[in-house]
Amino acid sequence: METETTTNGTSEAAAQVKLTAKDYASDQDVRWCPGCGDYSILAQVQRVMPSFNLPKEKTVFVAGIGCSSRFPYYMDTYGFHGIHGRASSIASGLKMARPDLDVWVTSGDGDLLSIGGNHFIHTLRRNLDIVILMFNNKIYGLTKGQYSPTSEHGKITKSSPFGTLEEPFNPLTLALGSGGSFVARSMDRDPKHMQDTISKGKGHKGTAFIEIFQNCNIYNDGAHELYTEKDTKPDHTIYVENGKPLLFGAKKDKGIKLNGFRPEIININEGNNSVNDVIVYDETSKELAMIVAQLSDFEDYPVPFGVLYKVTKPVYEAQMEEQITDSIEKLGKGSLEKLLFTGNTWEIK
Amino acid sequence: MEKTVEVLKSATVRFAGDSGDGMQIVGSRFTETSAFFGNDLSTFPDYPAEIRAPAGTLFGVSGFQIQFSSQDVYSPGDEPDVLVAMNPAALKVNLKDLKKNGTIIANEDAFIEKNLNLAGYKTNPLEDGSLAGYKLIKVPVTRATNNAVKDLGLTAKDANRCKNFYALGITYWLYDRPLDITMHWLESKFSKNPVIAEANIKALKAGYYFGETAEIFTTRYKVAPAKLPKGIYRNITGNHAAALGILAASLKSGLPLFLGSYPITPASDILHDLSSFKNFGVKTFQAEDEIAAICASIGAAFGGSLAFTSTSGPGMALKQEAIGLAVMVELPLVIANIQRGGPSTGLPTKTEQADLFQAILGRNGECPLPVVAASSPADCFMMMFEAARIACKFMTPVIFLSDGYLANGAEPWRIPHESELPVIEGEFRTEKEGYFPYMRDEFLARPWVKPGTPGMEHRIGGLEKQHITGNVSYDTANHEFMVNLRAEKVKNIENYIPPAEVEGDPEGELLIIGWGSTYGSITSARERLLAKGYNVSRVHLKYLNPMPKNLGEILNRFKKVLVPELNLGQLSMLLRANYLKDVIGFNKVQGLPFKASELEKKVIELLTEK
Repeated sequence: METETTTNGTSEAAAQVKLTAKDYASDQDVRWCPGCGDYSILAQVQRVMPSFNLPKEKTVFVAGIGCSSRFPYYMDTYGFHGIHGRASSIASGLKMARPDLDVWVTSGDGDLLSIGGNHFIHTLRRNLDIVILMFNNKIYGLTKGQYSPTSEHGKITKSSPFGTLEEPFNPLTLALGSGGSFVARSMDRDPKHMQDTISKGKGHKGTAFIEIFQNCNIYNDGAHELYTEKDTKPDHTIYVENGKPLLFGAKKDKGIKLNGFRPEIININEGNNSVNDVIVYDETSKELAMIVAQLSDFEDYPVPFGVLYKVTKPVYEAQMEEQITDSIEKLGKGSLEKLLFTGNTWEIK
Repeated sequence: MEKTVEVLKSATVRFAGDSGDGMQIVGSRFTETSAFFGNDLSTFPDYPAEIRAPAGTLFGVSGFQIQFSSQDVYSPGDEPDVLVAMNPAALKVNLKDLKKNGTIIANEDAFIEKNLNLAGYKTNPLEDGSLAGYKLIKVPVTRATNNAVKDLGLTAKDANRCKNFYALGITYWLYDRPLDITMHWLESKFSKNPVIAEANIKALKAGYYFGETAEIFTTRYKVAPAKLPKGIYRNITGNHAAALGILAASLKSGLPLFLGSYPITPASDILHDLSSFKNFGVKTFQAEDEIAAICASIGAAFGGSLAFTSTSGPGMALKQEAIGLAVMVELPLVIANIQRGGPSTGLPTKTEQADLFQAILGRNGECPLPVVAASSPADCFMMMFEAARIACKFMTPVIFLSDGYLANGAEPWRIPHESELPVIEGEFRTEKEGYFPYMRDEFLARPWVKPGTPGMEHRIGGLEKQHITGNVSYDTANHEFMVNLRAEKVKNIENYIPPAEVEGDPEGELLIIGWGSTYGSITSARERLLAKGYNVSRVHLKYLNPMPKNLGEILNRFKKVLVPELNLGQLSMLLRANYLKDVIGFNKVQGLPFKASELEKKVIELLTEK
């Protein structure tokens, strides 16, 4: 395929000039509500972008509809603000057409999991080399406060004055079940962790899905308080790291042990327990990822953060290019003239 | 017995049988042979929505009609001269269309009690004298086929499956067609299974010899080659032509082709064709749904591809919101709607023209876009090419309309050489100086800047844009300005399309104006009318939005304007609204094309009414 031969030269030259976070800020005024968790996400993304050493013009942010989806306007890269739920599809087409581009999707829990749910699961199983950032505030913000597919059962909102009747999605198990090759979670109130997670996602060859707990201080303030506030965070969160035991708590004395397929919380300093009883995390194990992703579904268990799953799988657009290359190799570069005159032709003189 | 040869100008044959009887296959073989022979022709496959409906039932009947001629052919013919009926159901469904005195070739072996019951016959029509008005030829097709292949050691099922070629052989004899083209086809089709090829060839020959030796046929017919314009020809269906048209546009524009699509009848063949053109660098993406298909195409358009999405009525409805996005972001995109009977799932395998409103007036907000329509199977090539040209030049989505009849119907196509095709302008801006995403050129098109172009990073989206800068704008005056600008941009395209041409007198008593697949029926009807001394002019529209600049003036030169459409009067309404002309609609929504005779009758009625 013909790709960016004319701009490549200049691109590489531009990449040599070290960019900073500021270079990624567009000239548009950021219009999120003051105090919104989105500000932190924007700041962390702008902060890590220069570290990828990519020319700015190679990066494209694609979004759907919602507060999260205004994100591309604030990045001084190429950007596409699509329609509700379809960011994954627009990004997929763009990445297939232009594998040379660095493509990101920014979306919310409503945009990605509700109206865009179908595209989300299929995008994950295809495994294009893109990053999907899902800002999860467990509410519809832009439409002023209706429940979302991640709102907890019974949640009182404008559209559920008597409480919701449905179980929320667990975005991590949904992503794992859809064949996602990189599944992670971070939060707006932990900038370092977010930067680190985004960088890992960017480094992954394949679709990197990163759920980011984000506070909507207007319509669902404090939805993630347990996990973000200093006094409650240690007991309610667990940071998974590849090759490290699953420990949590202020003193890191609590751990997750497997009893058959059931995770149990133990205190490593009690009885015969030791750190050796605790699961040593393996990010390539889907079984483990499934178990740990579901911790948050049980009461009194901590909510996992970090990279839960990461495995190498064939990348869609690379295979697409390969089929083209193979076909050209086998049949030669297609000739229109030949193709038009293919098959059973006859001449009228 | 001496057999006479009668020379005909044209003939129409219909093959009918169970959907598993291979009627589409033999119809296509007959078509191929006739095309090679040099006849002009037109075909009409008519098959049920069920893939294998229960055998012997009325709703499982599959038909294939071909008209072939020594003169120009514009339609598959109104009434078949010959009906090949492989079972009672096929006879029952198709008899009403057969010409008076027409020939029925019936497989008498299939007229057994069970099949007669399934078809609702109380007595056997082959025996009860009810077919007295026709030339009935009873042939033991099943037995004769089994007899012909008995030495090959086939299973009973495989042997039985050759009977369509036996029937084809009879028609080849009847119309003096050569066998070798079909024999070659069988050999190559079953190259991995030569026994099957041999069996079908034996059946074909046996059928042919049956015609020659049986004392039933007294006459055989000759249809001489037609005098078509010089050139190399091939037979082509509308869908195949459409796929080649968009590929040609890609190569003539230098833009890589991207198709996002979702399987749907009758559009899927376009996806199949383009998926096979990998060595042209074509990228095809079968998405999870219609919406993802078009959105991926929009993403590819942003990335600098010639973006294309193909669908049919219900899929088109699903795509409307995204089409609005393409209008707003002003990216080139070709959307093919192969119309079928609607609403909802409607008649998936039947034809209709009822999506014109959906094309022109669909979507939320003021959302104009160019709409073009092909008028014959081969015309799908050029109109698809044209859709791509308009899309790239004016930076807009364009809707291409075809329908089930064009999609599956075939006709000889004089193949254009690559060098005869115009170059399509699809240029990217790389000049940073003075660039704004929503600045305009003289065609009111905005610049196309591919991501990857340094220093020109910009954001586009579905929110209203500020004129020139392309920044999001909620300014009410700007919104009205932009709505008008988008309308003007599309309207202005009328200056870059050919004017409407009147066939016949430029003014007079009656003008027939049609669009899309009715071209052939209207042409045939008009020829008949002219032959009978009725002076009728016609215009056929290929550009539905904007319409040709001179159309209003043409309409006003005629006392009466007749608008035949396979819908309840959508073009009629648009013509009335746009030109205040009191046009007369002639409408049919039976999932079938017009018969020339129906149109002829209507015109005579109009011309003789007081």
